[in-house]
Amino acid sequence: MTEPIIRLTNVFKRYDDTEILKGIDIELEQGKFYTLLGPSGCGKTTILRIIAGFTSATSGDVYFDGQRINDLPANQRKVNTVFQDYALFPHMNVHDNVAFGLRLQKKFSKADINQRVHEALTSVRLADYADREISELSGGQQQRVAIARAIVLKPRMLLLDEPLSALDAKLRRDMQYELRDLQQRLGITFLFVTHDQEEALAMSDEIFVMNAGHVLQSGTPVDIYDEPINHFVADFIGESNILTGTMIKDHEVEFVGKRFECADAGMRPNESVEVVLRPEDLDITTPENGKLTVTIESQLFRGDYHEIVAYDSDHNEWLIHSTNPATAGQQVGLTFEPYDIHVMRLHETEADFDARLERYDDEQAEVKRP
Amino acid sequence: MTQRHFTSWTYYVPYGLWVGLFVIAPVGLIIYQSFLDLHHHFTLANYQAYFESGTYLMMTVNSIWWAFLITLFTLLISYPAAYYIHQLKHRQLWLLLTILPTWINLLLKAYAFIGIFSQAGVVNQFLSLFGIGPQQILFTNFSFVFVATYIQIPFMILPIYNALDDLSGSYINASHDLGATNWQTFSKVVWPLTLPGVKAGVQAVFIPSLSLFMLTRLIGGNKVITLGTAIEEHFLTTMNWGMGSTIGVVLIVAMVLIMIITGERRQDRGRVR
Repeated sequence: MTEPIIRLTNVFKRYDDTEILKGIDIELEQGKFYTLLGPSGCGKTTILRIIAGFTSATSGDVYFDGQRINDLPANQRKVNTVFQDYALFPHMNVHDNVAFGLRLQKKFSKADINQRVHEALTSVRLADYADREISELSGGQQQRVAIARAIVLKPRMLLLDEPLSALDAKLRRDMQYELRDLQQRLGITFLFVTHDQEEALAMSDEIFVMNAGHVLQSGTPVDIYDEPINHFVADFIGESNILTGTMIKDHEVEFVGKRFECADAGMRPNESVEVVLRPEDLDITTPENGKLTVTIESQLFRGDYHEIVAYDSDHNEWLIHSTNPATAGQQVGLTFEPYDIHVMRLHETEADFDARLERYDDEQAEVKRP
Repeated sequence: MTQRHFTSWTYYVPYGLWVGLFVIAPVGLIIYQSFLDLHHHFTLANYQAYFESGTYLMMTVNSIWWAFLITLFTLLISYPAAYYIHQLKHRQLWLLLTILPTWINLLLKAYAFIGIFSQAGVVNQFLSLFGIGPQQILFTNFSFVFVATYIQIPFMILPIYNALDDLSGSYINASHDLGATNWQTFSKVVWPLTLPGVKAGVQAVFIPSLSLFMLTRLIGGNKVITLGTAIEEHFLTTMNWGMGSTIGVVLIVAMVLIMIITGERRQDRGRVR
């Protein structure tokens, strides 16, 4: 494994009496797209600010390329930031904004600066906008200028603080592709902060899911979506049906009063667990063929699928995503495969979780999703 | 329709009356009187006298020079003060404390300084401790500029403080992020973005400073003669209202010029480049 570009060890942050970060340990490798994902107030932006140098950790260490940088001022760090409000200087035009950092370094000639600014603006497809005032640009264009201003300095790492949150849905989708593409072209590390799980899943090599000052789970988007560590992660990432149940023995779990075959193992017999079933993994069939019988309550047409809400006889709510519409009041059966069931232990740490997954992954590879 | 038109029109009455009675009418009267001689005949002699006599021009230059000095010292003290207050924890309280002296009558403050600066005053008592007093402090140019600056400081701090308050912290972070030192951040980002506040402060200080006359007498001992002093003399002593009005017109023109010079010129930006 290569030396991580950024390493945070046991980082705490307190403001007055509130603890924002409660022991953060993360490592970021060179050239990957990372996302800090969590609800507002979870501390994700604080991590970004600590790496950028706008605020300091109350305790714990920050390493850049193996060097401790806790006391290095922001203007000497080889990271640049794209701010949530873009923070483009309103008294300068687009060219001057992008050239700002280069001019400070005093080692570039005027032609050099113009050349680099032009390259940066070209890479965000704004080459013709150099002479515009910031106030003349749309939100999406300001966003691109902010990115150009950060990448023109050729940082080792780019920090992005919810940069897409102010854009409309269509533009946000386009920018997801562009950011991902830009990251791959530049080959530098991106650390992206967002509360939008769709953005995180679409762009990241690795996601850190955060809540209340802790990193709850880290992993690839697919890992986190398929194997959420706990109730919070399952609920926050995508839509979920979460039910309480009991792990009867390895590969057999009981919930809603029935026993089902499942892929999970490595727990104590009869341990209380939570079970996750993703709405898109549930298939509607006839009541006779279903593993469960539910009554359709309501449905919403979401464009690419129907979101159906149903209740079983124990009044548990079931969320189903189906390409076919259903009829309200109708009784239907629900089927799912053993590997669609994801069992979560209560209060399991990420380390224990990873160790357990590894143990039964090897022996039970054939039960898992093909 | 007519009803609504009528009610919306009535809202302007107090403002219209105020502006008409206390702004337009006096300015009109001053301009009218500036063309009258002592016998109330129309004449251009007042203006001729103003521009031909070295005394009045000297007085004008003097007024501008003293107003410039007062504004400069006020700015030099107020910008760092506003910057510092803005970073304090209980900044609203500290701001209130700096504004507090403006609630006290100017004349009272002037008399207080007479007490402080006089031969037997606190300052001279203090200097005597070191054997370098008593000194003549009152009725000097120094005391005039000192007291005038003291009185003007709150009017400069307030607009600068507001400009700093409007400045988003992310601009400062962005500047540091792009490699700027604290000084570079100040000179390239904070100062240009708070310049409107500075301009507002300069307007609020320079223009009234042009026509200070009470302080010139009470603190400056009439050694500093400004246009304000001249106007007072013409209206109250020589009774030459025409000449007094002429100087008043010159002051009004000077104020308008300063408003134009320090005013926002937005439409110019971006086209020049």
